[in-house]
Amino acid sequence: MPATTTARRPPADLAPLFAGVLRSEARKLATVRSTTWAVVAAVAFNVIIAALLGALLPGHLSAHQKATIDSVRVSLGGLHLSQIAIGLLGVLAVTSEYSSGMIRATLAAVPRRRLLLTAKALVLTAAVAVTGIAACLAAYLAFQAFLPAGDAMRTTLTDPGVLRAVIGAGLYLTVLALLGFGLGAILRSSAGAVAVLFGVLFVPTLLTALLPSSWQDTLGPYLPMNAGDTIYTVRPESHMLQPWTGFGVFCLYAAAALAAGFVLIGRRDA
Amino acid sequence: MIEAKGLTKHYGATIAVDDLSFTVPPGQVTGFLGPNGAGKSTTMRLILGLDAPDSGSVTVGGRPYAAWRRPLLAAGALLEAKAFHGGRTARNHLLCLADSNGISRARVDEVLDLVGLRSMARRRAGGFSLGMSQRLGIAAALLGDAPVVMLDEPVNGLDPEGVVWIRTLLRTLAAEGRTVLLSSHLMSEMAMTADRLVIIGRGRLIAQATMADFLAAGSGSSVTVRSPQARELAALLTARGATVTRQDGDTLAVTGSTPEEIGELARADGLTLTGLTADQATLEDRYMELTRDAADYRAASGEPATMRK
Repeated sequence: MPATTTARRPPADLAPLFAGVLRSEARKLATVRSTTWAVVAAVAFNVIIAALLGALLPGHLSAHQKATIDSVRVSLGGLHLSQIAIGLLGVLAVTSEYSSGMIRATLAAVPRRRLLLTAKALVLTAAVAVTGIAACLAAYLAFQAFLPAGDAMRTTLTDPGVLRAVIGAGLYLTVLALLGFGLGAILRSSAGAVAVLFGVLFVPTLLTALLPSSWQDTLGPYLPMNAGDTIYTVRPESHMLQPWTGFGVFCLYAAAALAAGFVLIGRRDA
Repeated sequence: MIEAKGLTKHYGATIAVDDLSFTVPPGQVTGFLGPNGAGKSTTMRLILGLDAPDSGSVTVGGRPYAAWRRPLLAAGALLEAKAFHGGRTARNHLLCLADSNGISRARVDEVLDLVGLRSMARRRAGGFSLGMSQRLGIAAALLGDAPVVMLDEPVNGLDPEGVVWIRTLLRTLAAEGRTVLLSSHLMSEMAMTADRLVIIGRGRLIAQATMADFLAAGSGSSVTVRSPQARELAALLTARGATVTRQDGDTLAVTGSTPEEIGELARADGLTLTGLTADQATLEDRYMELTRDAADYRAASGEPATMRK
């Protein structure tokens, strides 16, 4: 039984290929069931809810309501559920390495931890951006397809703000996944990071409802979910930030979590 | 070659590794021995740069492990049997590791064959038995065909056939000139596999020696003598400073004297010997002796003695 081959491997000192680390991380993401489930769930929630709303809503709304409602945002109503699947995907992209013990093998293979985390984040970004934009476009089209002909809620992608909102909803999911990823890198625990992610997303918005309305108006627009919502809103309410400004604020939350994750992974024992 | 110099690591108030220096040379199997909690696994994590030492340093092949650009080609390690995501197949797990270090797909299939997991390659590793998980971990350690191989308790969960297999594998790797570090708490296994020993207790180096030197240095080496004139012989030996225990009618257990001395003494006095055997201390005897000393020392110096399990 030969223990090893006699063929010479590339010596340990050859430059590592960042492409190799990217390929490795892409394979990791693609070869676990949680990814499949998250992607299927995100697309399914988006499309099914959009189709249901497109089919059922028109019969229950007055002409005035139809004229004033943000129908694009309504068509993206599935986001409320799909964001949970995508947030989970972002968290698990890091924490499943810790919960399984794989992180030790991973860091032994790629000891440059920030390079590793960069590759992981890039792969996640690409995967969720594609999935998210596709899921949101599918939701928009499904909603339109189920609306009765000539319904006042009909729009086209070329109407002002529509394409931005539909693509933007995909970008919202992407940044949400990165926020979850950053929290995962900080907390290294699936349950902890998921709790914090959705806590950060939902709780401040609920809490500010208890505050005086002047506070709500000042603080409210900058809360993570309220800021993130702007990018897929076509008819903003008065107190909301401008779409790209709001999205920028949302990105800052994710950036802060990622930055903390990057600092910590370099300092801590695996 | 692995060289550790003054490695020290605390976890909170607990000291896991305490000023530990040792060398693991190439071409031999070096056994890493110590009671549970002695710091073996911590030391291995420090070698791989998974944990950072508070002080001291360790190099693999002349530089810190993390400084290698494709580290799997510098050293392969099995730290814990289940360092994989259970949802991934065995082959995909290895491919993930291989990609990151530019190791070919062909090599992945080769190591799967080598550890006997070919037929399981496309099954999810989460369903693997402990023995199969160990084999997958060993496959990962061999992936880079590296000159240094470190295995932490590799025979855990392996069946007898697997135990023989890993012994042969490690001997082969060492014979190829590789540096092999093997930790195990199984003395008999260690005695059959290792050429050298690094023994630690409570994070400190207790001994570092070749197996032969280590066994020979024991105070417990005794000689069994049979003689019809056992009583006279015992008196003679005791007079020469040896310690003699009468075992049965004509058998004596002697410490503090060599077979040569006893034979010479018997000849000079015209005593008949019907048996003369040097009882080499076993690795287990020597290990217990050493770690007991270490425990007593710790206890005497006011620290809790947790060496004896």
